[in-house]
Amino acid sequence: MDKIKEKLQQTSQATRSERRGRFISFLALILILVVVIAIFWFVAAKGLATFFQNHINVGDFLSGKTWDPSVKGANGKPEVGALPMIVGSFLITLLSALVATPFAIGTAVFMNEIAPRNGAKILQPVTELLVGIPSVVYGFIGLSVVVPFVRHVFGGSGFGILSGTFVLFVMILPTVTSMTADTLKSVPRYYREASLALGATRWQTIHKVVLRAATPGILTAIVFGMARAFGEALAVQMVVGNATLLPHNLVSPSSTLTSVLTEGIGNTVMGSLQNNALWSLALVLLIMSLFFNVIIRIIGRKGELR
Amino acid sequence: MNAKTADKIATAVFYAIAGSVILILAFLLGYILISGFPKLTWQFLTTTAKAFTAGGGIGIQLFNSFYLLLLAMLISFPIALGAGIYLNEYAKQNWLTTIIRTAIEILSSLPSVVVGLFGFLLFVVHMKMGFSILSGALALTFFNLPLLTRSIEGSLAAIPNLQREAGLALGLSRWETVTHVILPAAVPSILTGVILSAGRVFGEAAALIYTSGQSAPALNFGDWNPFNISSPLNPMRPAETLAVHIWKINSEGIMPDASAVSAGSSAVLVLAVLLFNFLARWLGRRLYHRLTSSTN
Repeated sequence: MDKIKEKLQQTSQATRSERRGRFISFLALILILVVVIAIFWFVAAKGLATFFQNHINVGDFLSGKTWDPSVKGANGKPEVGALPMIVGSFLITLLSALVATPFAIGTAVFMNEIAPRNGAKILQPVTELLVGIPSVVYGFIGLSVVVPFVRHVFGGSGFGILSGTFVLFVMILPTVTSMTADTLKSVPRYYREASLALGATRWQTIHKVVLRAATPGILTAIVFGMARAFGEALAVQMVVGNATLLPHNLVSPSSTLTSVLTEGIGNTVMGSLQNNALWSLALVLLIMSLFFNVIIRIIGRKGELR
Repeated sequence: MNAKTADKIATAVFYAIAGSVILILAFLLGYILISGFPKLTWQFLTTTAKAFTAGGGIGIQLFNSFYLLLLAMLISFPIALGAGIYLNEYAKQNWLTTIIRTAIEILSSLPSVVVGLFGFLLFVVHMKMGFSILSGALALTFFNLPLLTRSIEGSLAAIPNLQREAGLALGLSRWETVTHVILPAAVPSILTGVILSAGRVFGEAAALIYTSGQSAPALNFGDWNPFNISSPLNPMRPAETLAVHIWKINSEGIMPDASAVSAGSSAVLVLAVLLFNFLARWLGRRLYHRLTSSTN
């Protein structure tokens, strides 16, 4: 009798495995959270050291035009003006998004509205494949095709913002296109039918109904592409010329946050000012990536309300 | 201008845009494959790289890429699986879940170079692991986790609730339902997600430059003891992967045939991504038929 009672009151095998499984899977989830917090903690600690340990003024860092951390400037402080890189990064990101947007929207509309059969049959698998092409491959093609082309047409060395823009344009095009196409697909069919039934032409339906309804999704796709362009390192580093100067035109060699980071981290000593300054650039990169995230969220929330 | 003319012009413009995009994409793929194809010989794929003379191969880099991919997947898959299970089967709608979901989203949008630098700081410098395959695999894990977790969560969410109810009705615990009912049903789409993310990991370079390093020391392919320094299996040796190799010889290399070698390596990378894509689709479909015994 007691044995049965004991057995009934004990936690069963199933309960124990349930608890264990739930606990282990929860640990895995928490691990991801810890990783994210650790990334922010480490990069912020390193990046802020420039300002707290080396006493560099944040304003000077963000607005200074000379980047040469091993040399002391006129005011007796090292030259760590990150403006050239910040300008370079923003310029390349904005330009490539500006070029990619019409192409991406046009292609997505073509796939969904104009030639849903043949267009989608060719374009869909190709864009999906191109999303997966490694960025170094884009960099290599940029180096062997785009840079000589730019040099030939616009003169100069061929390295610069323009080449970077071309490379990033092709790189983010598949991403933005396939995200835009997904949004267009989610616009309900009866929107189109209602518009056509009112006597609107296909073009009127597309730009007055379909694109309007899909605007939040398209904006998300563009911001997503910009975030990718902003954070891309190697492909840009290979074609941008890597001169830490303010770009005075689109074909002069310049640099981005990511390109300076990939070049510099290996050539500086841990803990030195030169190294800390690079980590500050990484911190800027991190904050910008957060910023893009917030924008995407805001767009998503606004899109939901309608 | 009347509406019909505008419509015709717009249609023509859309055709032009789509045509030019197809041209760009076709040129891209064609250029990679055509310029790289003559390089793809058995000798190129298996011999070691040469730094100063022409005619080097990519044997070690290719092996490193696959080994690193395998290690990264071995580490990230169990974590992503656990996280995916918890998110889809157990997580309640509360502040913690919201925070974790946001964290996953942020991690997936971080520039890979930042993930690489974090890996460098934590593993290479603080934990003194040096430039090693293990550091690289851990950095790639961070890079891979958010996407893999979301893909696994999506695969689990696609399993109808009927299956869960059936499991619970049979007296199984939730965990038993997950492991014996839900997971087997989700295997095809989980596998598809894993292979697709493998394609992404295979081509990643920015996260590896400062974690697994940029050098490929000679390996002795007769020695499979993972504790020997020249063994291919040693996880503590520096390992330049194929993607890093392309970047390295193009930005700092003095190799006379750098562009030919990079063309060949690029073709290998693209073919590998293609292969991963086809494999994912084919295996997913096949497993689905096998497990559900559907006929079409």
